[in-house]
Amino acid sequence: MKTGIVRFALATYLVMLMLPVYWMVNMSLRDNADILSTFVLFPENLTFDNYIKIFTDPSWYSGYINSMIYVTMNMVISVSVALPAAYAFSRYRFIGDKHVFFWLLTNRMAPPAVFALPFFQLYQTMGLIDTHIAVALAHTLFNVPLAVWVLEGFMSAIPREIDETAYLDGYSFPRFFFRIFMPLIKTGIGVTAFFTFMFSWVELLMARTLTTTEAKPIAAVMTRTVSATGLDWGLLAAAGVLTIVPGALVIYFVRNYMAKGFALGRV
Amino acid sequence: MASITFEGVAHSYERHPRDERDFALKTLDASFENGGAYALLGPSGCGKTTLLNIISGLLRPTRGRVLYDDRDVTALPPARRNIAQVFQFPVIYDTMTVEQNLAFPLRNRGLAAAAIARRVAEVAEMLELEGVLRQRAAGLTADQKQKVSLGRGLVRVDVAAILLDEPLTVIDPQLKWLLRRKLKEVHARYGHTFVYVTHDQNEALTFADRVVVMYDGRIVQVGSPQDLFERPLHRFVGYFIGSPGMNFLPCHLAGNGLGIDGTEVVLGGAWFAEAASRPSARLELGIRPEHLEVLARPEPGSVEARLLRVEDLGNYKLVSAVLGPHRLFAKVPEGREIGGETVNLRFPPTRTRLYADDRLLV
Amino acid sequence: MDKPTNNGAWLLVVPVVLLVAFNAVMPLMAVVNYSVQDIFGPGQAYWVGTEWYREVLGDTRLHEALLRQFLFSGLVLLIEIPLGVLIALAMPRRGWAVSLVLVILALPLLIPWNVIGTIWIIFTRPDIGLLGYSLNSLGIPFDHTASPLDAWITLMLMEVWHWTPLVVLLAYAGLKAIPEAFYQAAAIDGASAWKVFRYIQLPKMRGVLTIAVLLRFMDSFLIYAEPFVLTGGGPGNATTFPSIYLVKVALGQFDLGPAGAFSVIYFLIVLLFSWLFYQVLQNVGRGKAR
Repeated sequence: MKTGIVRFALATYLVMLMLPVYWMVNMSLRDNADILSTFVLFPENLTFDNYIKIFTDPSWYSGYINSMIYVTMNMVISVSVALPAAYAFSRYRFIGDKHVFFWLLTNRMAPPAVFALPFFQLYQTMGLIDTHIAVALAHTLFNVPLAVWVLEGFMSAIPREIDETAYLDGYSFPRFFFRIFMPLIKTGIGVTAFFTFMFSWVELLMARTLTTTEAKPIAAVMTRTVSATGLDWGLLAAAGVLTIVPGALVIYFVRNYMAKGFALGRV
Repeated sequence: MASITFEGVAHSYERHPRDERDFALKTLDASFENGGAYALLGPSGCGKTTLLNIISGLLRPTRGRVLYDDRDVTALPPARRNIAQVFQFPVIYDTMTVEQNLAFPLRNRGLAAAAIARRVAEVAEMLELEGVLRQRAAGLTADQKQKVSLGRGLVRVDVAAILLDEPLTVIDPQLKWLLRRKLKEVHARYGHTFVYVTHDQNEALTFADRVVVMYDGRIVQVGSPQDLFERPLHRFVGYFIGSPGMNFLPCHLAGNGLGIDGTEVVLGGAWFAEAASRPSARLELGIRPEHLEVLARPEPGSVEARLLRVEDLGNYKLVSAVLGPHRLFAKVPEGREIGGETVNLRFPPTRTRLYADDRLLV
Repeated sequence: MDKPTNNGAWLLVVPVVLLVAFNAVMPLMAVVNYSVQDIFGPGQAYWVGTEWYREVLGDTRLHEALLRQFLFSGLVLLIEIPLGVLIALAMPRRGWAVSLVLVILALPLLIPWNVIGTIWIIFTRPDIGLLGYSLNSLGIPFDHTASPLDAWITLMLMEVWHWTPLVVLLAYAGLKAIPEAFYQAAAIDGASAWKVFRYIQLPKMRGVLTIAVLLRFMDSFLIYAEPFVLTGGGPGNATTFPSIYLVKVALGQFDLGPAGAFSVIYFLIVLLFSWLFYQVLQNVGRGKAR
């Protein structure tokens, strides 16, 4: 009885969560005039034109490719530098540890608007404007601190006795870290990978500032649907639907880590 | 306080168990006496934790009934069974003080404040926790945390049984014996029925007066530590208890005696008649390393084996020898000098057991 | 259980510090630089000291925007954290349903922020949007372009829809981390569902909830793209948050000086409150052990 109510409430929440997403899908399958003129729960004049356009126009689909390239780069960089740092924070005390930890977090706290200009100048000096690596590096500003934070939580839950036993057995630090420790926190790595993916994927301002054509992200391409005739809502919705797909695939692959492996998280 | 009886209890984690193999705990009839100190001993996966959870009510058995004294508790949830449990990892309420932790089960049952304070003080004194009563439980050491978990069980009057699930796992080796002694003290003072789950034979043998050895979902023997040592009812008990475990020699009927497989050796003895009654069974002789005699010179009934090595282990010497294809261990007193290529071994008839299909014949 | 001191551990932290400092230090210095100068063009800048700061601090529109922002972020935390925890509690612990729920939860998080605003424009339109149309058919007049209250409700709805799943994911991680034995012990101790929540689940979720509160505070305090697209800061100034005002100042009026001062103040406010939250959440309920 009680679980019945809980299940029902959860199902209701999930349905409500899906409604705007459904509306986006609904819009993506109609043309602009149809969207703006009538209210229909289910599309009557189904059209795949919006999707066809995205898949055939290079300026559209290259946006997806660019985003995926820098997001993947960012994910790899963030997780790989965060792993040793998180290990240090979870296992040792050292001079300034608390301050460094909080300083890392402060990097999410700057209002991005005015920072965009010096960011542009910085990457221009480096000759990196309009490259994937520029966006990937810029996004480490907010993703690396997050990755360190989340990973530190997972690592702190692993008893230190495991490390000590491994050293006694003659493991070197790198061998211990890769062979023993990483498998133990693969859940945390999965969760962290999802979060870094997500925040990099949806970030627009920095990505747009640092790119012009060659590395232009999909979120910036989508702002192009504003034209003299107004917004092409159907095209935008179709592009929006397609932005969900890569992330949904990522979470589908890490779902098992999240479902069971979360069991090793911060206690 | 109560005795615990199992009537045809079996448990499977499958929703629709098809055959015996789907059962983590095979059909079981047994009884734990009121006030006894029992240890459930066995390797991981033998069903001991399943059995413990059935006693506590965390698991409801697929089949059978559980009785506390004469009361059928099979369908009762843990909270209504009046049992206490200490887990492998210390379970404490982090945000509460030690005192609040100890009082928690009583508060939940709506006891008067004065009665709670009295019980908490008594238990804290018994467990030597008075000094830390006002501290946060989260800041305690592992052994103190385990005492708090135990204390939460002890505060309740009329606890039917105290269940301990490998409670010493996370305790420092130097502190293990202290806590074990404290457990024995609590048992002696309050006389609760204790059920102690462990895979460590030393813990089981030192703590319990009755050890329940489990293997592959079955109870293979219930007995005092001495019974388990002297007369293992099952090959597994012989192998699992003792360090090293019992020596086993596969054998067959040969004339009037038993021939050791792969050798010319034939041992005569009282076993023959028993063995002859089970001609098709898989026969094995079993003898403890403590009972296998190493002789200075050949004697009637002794057999010659090749000496492999002698290890000096401080208070005794461990002799390894090879008889045909079989390896044997014997423990001999510290003072004995043993050397050369061969040794003479004797199997004292009263100490040598015969197993047919893993079960004790004689 | 104290951690050993080992300054060698710094070696493991160096890559992170270098990478983040590379991105953080120069731009921050540049912004501070803007805030104390009057800039007319390349090479034409004059030292003005604290003038911009005084100007910005005296700007009543900024005060209003900040007040609005505190109200907004406060509501965000008050709604999203409890709601996220409740949903995490209601989630199944195992089975195929877990994967399904996780994927559905992730959907809103994966849509670029500007797209979210755009989709909600249509979604809430009284004539052609599911939400707006449904509400108006129920006889509730609803139009976020005309009524400040409706604009706020729409923004809150969108914000809660968008970000509660993040809190759920974190809280669920915390819940899954609680060993089964704690629930078993609580059952044996006769604890009610409320007491299980109060004394086991909530304390064990401290770590993940700290992350959730801080992330939601920082990100909601800096919210820009969604309200900018959905309401453009209106009607009137009803949804003009500091970030929107800041962009108007910086880009609309090309006033880098005041915008820089504004950014620094803004940053310091977020920093101060994040630090307060961090301290409180680290120590709440922990008291003095020994």
